[in-house]
Amino acid sequence: MSEKSKSISSKKDFNKDERLKKVSNLKVLLNRPELGALGGSILVFIFFGIVAGDTGMFSAYGALNFLDVSANLGIIAIAAAMLMIGGEFDLSIGSMIGFAGICIAIPAIYWGWPLWMSIIFALAMAVLVGYFNGILVVRTGLPSFIVTLAMLFILRGATLAITRLITGRTQVPGLRVLIENDPIAWIFATDTFKWLFTWLGSMKLIELRTDGTPLATGIPPSVMWFIGLTIFATWILMKTRYGNWIFASGGDKVGATNVGVPVGRVKISLFIGTAVASTIFACIQVLDAGSADTMRGTLKELEAIAAAVVGGCLLTGGYGSAIGAAFGALIFGTVSMGIFYTDIDTDWFKVFLGAMMLIAVIFNNYIRRKVTESK
Amino acid sequence: MSEYLVQFNNISKFFGKVIALKDVTMKVKKGEIMCLLGDNGAGKSTLIKTLSGVHKPDEGEIIVEGEKTMFDSPKDALDMGIATVYQDLALVPLMSVTRNFFMGREPQKGIPFFKSFDIEKSNKIAAERMGQIGIDIRDPSQAVGTMSGGERQCLAISRAIYFGAKLLILDEPTSALGVHQASVVLKYIVKAASQGLGVILITHNVHHAFPVGNSFTVLNRGKSLGTYSKKDLTREKLLGMMAGGEELDKLEVELQEMDRINKSN
Repeated sequence: MSEKSKSISSKKDFNKDERLKKVSNLKVLLNRPELGALGGSILVFIFFGIVAGDTGMFSAYGALNFLDVSANLGIIAIAAAMLMIGGEFDLSIGSMIGFAGICIAIPAIYWGWPLWMSIIFALAMAVLVGYFNGILVVRTGLPSFIVTLAMLFILRGATLAITRLITGRTQVPGLRVLIENDPIAWIFATDTFKWLFTWLGSMKLIELRTDGTPLATGIPPSVMWFIGLTIFATWILMKTRYGNWIFASGGDKVGATNVGVPVGRVKISLFIGTAVASTIFACIQVLDAGSADTMRGTLKELEAIAAAVVGGCLLTGGYGSAIGAAFGALIFGTVSMGIFYTDIDTDWFKVFLGAMMLIAVIFNNYIRRKVTESK
Repeated sequence: MSEYLVQFNNISKFFGKVIALKDVTMKVKKGEIMCLLGDNGAGKSTLIKTLSGVHKPDEGEIIVEGEKTMFDSPKDALDMGIATVYQDLALVPLMSVTRNFFMGREPQKGIPFFKSFDIEKSNKIAAERMGQIGIDIRDPSQAVGTMSGGERQCLAISRAIYFGAKLLILDEPTSALGVHQASVVLKYIVKAASQGLGVILITHNVHHAFPVGNSFTVLNRGKSLGTYSKKDLTREKLLGMMAGGEELDKLEVELQEMDRINKSN
């Protein structure tokens, strides 16, 4: 209260400093959650640099290819990581991707809505689904694992049933023609930095097609979204009040509530976050492919959680980072594409994914013990 | 203005058929340490939760600085300056000292919609506050999990004081601590009270309560056995009341009786 409350006990009482070693900068770095994923990424790049360095994997075209795959996964992995830090899971991410795709395609193709309106409609549905997930978990106190597992089946089933009911089939093509002149669709469908690639092409610095245009035409929208979301999520987590609330909600729900953190609201907003991220994923894919498929996004929730875990998120919440999840996604994306450039059979990718995750969990667990170790 | 900082008059709380609290009255003045003593199951936890706004009392009134109020949530109580430090301390071990210190009430800077958590300022305040109570935290970004039990307790109390507590409700602040650490925490509590805070210290340890308390309320089976000022009490009398002295007396008589019967056989 007053500045007068000087030390009431002599420093000697508490100060056990003499028993503490000086903590090196390296040790501080070791305590960061994203360290494992950063190291993993470097290892992966070294590996493919040696094995596939001369195959075109690291040409502009090849690099954009694996970056695109990483970025798509990263968009949902970052949202999944934030939710995990907040102490919950969302297993309905994959189903939400399929559902969002249909929410864009059916109104646009069958009901004659302009594309931008369908996109806004899909985003609104995502907010609704996320809110529903969140309120169910918060109100019932049930594990989010179960609640969102139910939502996984409900959403996928509804996507299939509704699509077949309205269209008589499970795919909705014909979206590509609608992208042009749409006021919103370009946000999800435009390659950026085309001038740079044209220039690089004209300087013969990157591969060209036979007609003289560069093979890689620009940075795909997924990569820009991925970078943007990584920065945004990191800013939120590290630099805002809401970020502190996310860590607190996941770290100790009861304690956080007792000091006035609106834990319920934080969790609901994070569920909305994963659903919206799934919809962004869906927008990019649907507009890129020009069609929506009811099965799109299957198993993506598990990949997103795996990337988040490799990125340093604890399954028990309260610890993790968005940058880590981004690197986790980069590892998976790079390996899944890079494996085609090697002699290794692609069947081994899933083995790698599983092993990577297992190592990450063991490593994270060790780190957590270190961090919470009492004197 | 009332002479009391906070008055809890005839508080009752029922859970269905269970009478958890009945007609409990407690009054705390500024600068006073009121010890709330009671055995396990006496209703201490329910009383704390009622005082701090987690439960709403079914009967009775709460008067803060002369004004009758009712708390709808812990936040209401906090806004009135009634801060509760629970046994779990509401600290997250994985988070840093600073992030814990300001949890839920982070200072912000910047323009609207882009406000950020002012970490530099927070680090400074947290380190300064902990320094004042003799805890030299080398690095306010270190995880709370690395601190000792006494340090954590002091962090939680210091946080409550920093955020303008007028009445501190401390739930068993010394129960998990060794003798030395407990005395450090108790000294800090006395210091806080001497600066004009009211303190309700909940404990079942008479040896911790008696030296620091000004008045003592004993709770037994949901009812108050009355509030006594220190001059009317001895440590033994307090101990007797708390342990349900009558019951012990009765037990002693019964044992003597049994002994007599055994001998006569």
